[in-house]
Amino acid sequence: MAEILVLVDHSEGSVKKVTFELLTLARSLGTPSAVWLGGGADAAALAQLAEYGAETVYVADSADLDDYLVAPKAEALASLIADKAPAAVLIASTAEGKEIAGRVAIKAESGIITDAVGVEADLTATQSVFGGSTVVKSKVTRGTPIITVRPNSTAPEAAPAAGTRSDVAVSVSDAAKGARVTGRTVAQRGGRPDLAEAAIVVSGGRGVGGAEGFGVVEALADTLGAAVGASRAATDAGWYPHQFQVGQTGKTVSPQLYIANGISGAIQHRAGMQTSKTIVVVNKDPEAPIFELADFGVVGDLFAVVPQLTEEISKRRG
Amino acid sequence: MKVAVCVKQVPDTWAEKRLKPEDSTLDRESAEGVLNELDEYAVEESLRLIEAHGGEVVVVSMGPERAGETIRKALSMGADAGVHVIDDALHGSDAIATSAALAKALAGRGFDLIIFGSESTDARMSVVPAMVAERLGLPQVTFAQKVEVGGSTVRIERQTEYGFDTVEAALPAVVSVVEKINEPRYPSFKGIMAAKKKPVETLAVADLGLEPAAVGLGAAWSGVADFAARPPKAAGTVVSDDGQGGVQIAEFLTEQKFI
Ligand SMILES: Cc1cc2nc3c(=O)[nH]c(=O)nc-3n(C[C@H](O)[C@H](O)[C@H](O)COP(=O)(O)OP(=O)(O)OC[C@H]3O[C@@H](n4cnc5c(N)ncnc54)[C@H](O)[C@@H]3O)c2cc1C
Repeated sequence: MAEILVLVDHSEGSVKKVTFELLTLARSLGTPSAVWLGGGADAAALAQLAEYGAETVYVADSADLDDYLVAPKAEALASLIADKAPAAVLIASTAEGKEIAGRVAIKAESGIITDAVGVEADLTATQSVFGGSTVVKSKVTRGTPIITVRPNSTAPEAAPAAGTRSDVAVSVSDAAKGARVTGRTVAQRGGRPDLAEAAIVVSGGRGVGGAEGFGVVEALADTLGAAVGASRAATDAGWYPHQFQVGQTGKTVSPQLYIANGISGAIQHRAGMQTSKTIVVVNKDPEAPIFELADFGVVGDLFAVVPQLTEEISKRRG
Repeated sequence: MKVAVCVKQVPDTWAEKRLKPEDSTLDRESAEGVLNELDEYAVEESLRLIEAHGGEVVVVSMGPERAGETIRKALSMGADAGVHVIDDALHGSDAIATSAALAKALAGRGFDLIIFGSESTDARMSVVPAMVAERLGLPQVTFAQKVEVGGSTVRIERQTEYGFDTVEAALPAVVSVVEKINEPRYPSFKGIMAAKKKPVETLAVADLGLEPAAVGLGAAWSGVADFAARPPKAAGTVVSDDGQGGVQIAEFLTEQKFI
């Protein structure tokens, strides 16, 4: 069967869940091979890739891949594509994933589709555009299809394969070493699941009223094992760190359950959460546009409703 | 310092967007065209850099006739001159062709910085800045929440999944900015009047040294096979809190097997 390259999304040596989703998806298209760019590909990480179906794991380990922005990764991936002539390349639809994909598409003279939520066996990709109002099916018509896929589009399923490590030599051109990463600042993460990957997201907006107000949102999130999100009004005000912002200029999330508290539902917010499977809303304004998306909504004060909900969940779980 | 700021005209953020049945391209006529929100931040950042370091800001836009309004908007905010890449042959260009046309329009003009917004609100691909950097062989310093220029170096804070990276490059370089970076100014009345007299050069595909067949819908390396409006979501249940709102949500979550 045709080889499908899956670019591994990893940080600090651990593989992101989206990679397992991409490997699962790749199995329905051909034979998946994982591509690890940069350091950190230890035995444990490789075993995980094998568990989700990677027949081969290409490892291109060079400090240049981590020390310079995007261009070296695009070079390494493009040279692997030239070498292996895969049927398609799947990349996580993150900011950096899309940039790598864009540069690779030009190098490999190949068409690119971003933000796919599904890919069929004939490599037709499904996208959900214009805030989820239109479903588009597209196909790459030239070169090797380069497709970026949104996190949470496929349920990851294990299907153990060989996961044979194959080291590939990398020589990064000087031209690709133009933008040097001189520092990394990791904001506090806490013990909650990753926002983009979480099955449940509980968010707060301006209605939460302040940094302390996020306490009720966090308490609900923790009883549900959920990630915490925020609207831009809340991150701009400094109530919650920016990396938890959901929306057009924040993260795009697509969890099983999204609970919006004190969020009005501006178009830029919806752009990041509209494809959530089930949406629950708490807002004191019955006219708030976010209610249009609600599977279940309560018009009321979040400071009364949310703590009651948290307590009730604990009670029901005994 | 010479700064190019690339802007796009998009359908009004709040307008309902749709694809045209004839050729599956975005219907740009049915909604008011506006300067892409995120590009406003790029224009603002360009102006601030020039205010700090001296120099000039050139607005570059590819689009049909009425994208001229968008160039004027950026000029009225304070940019000095415009370049409008306009040609019927460009209709339906994908990101690959768009980046090719923009790269040609930008090359050889002595720009120290080429600044983009981090994404357009219509296509939302976020790939054109990286593609232009690739084509021009320039360093890419993108998703900047902060931009500083010192001597011949640009240093940015790149917004990441986990916080931010500090990234440095020698000029010339390609930058994209996120909305956190600044607060765009409104054009003043004086600015609007002055904009009318600012020069806008137009460039056709032939002026760029590209073949018409290399751009536009026919040259796209990917194509829409089919599209459909998603049926509107069935209306959910909305209740007023009578003191039991939290319990009612718990009941719903139990039915849905989340609890
Ligand atoms: C370029 C650009 C990019 C943007 N990107 C994003 C983005 O990525 N993400 C994003 O979220 N926004 C984004 N925005 C901002 C967006 O337009 C809205 O301003 C923002 O989403 C509003 O946040 P909010 O809903 O929390 O606040 P508001 O719109 O002020 O809504 C607050 C809501 O809380 C309710 N409320 C108040 N008190 C209570 C209470 N006690 N109990 C219950 N409900 C209460 C109110 O009824 C109201 O509906 C962007 C804007 C621009 C211009």
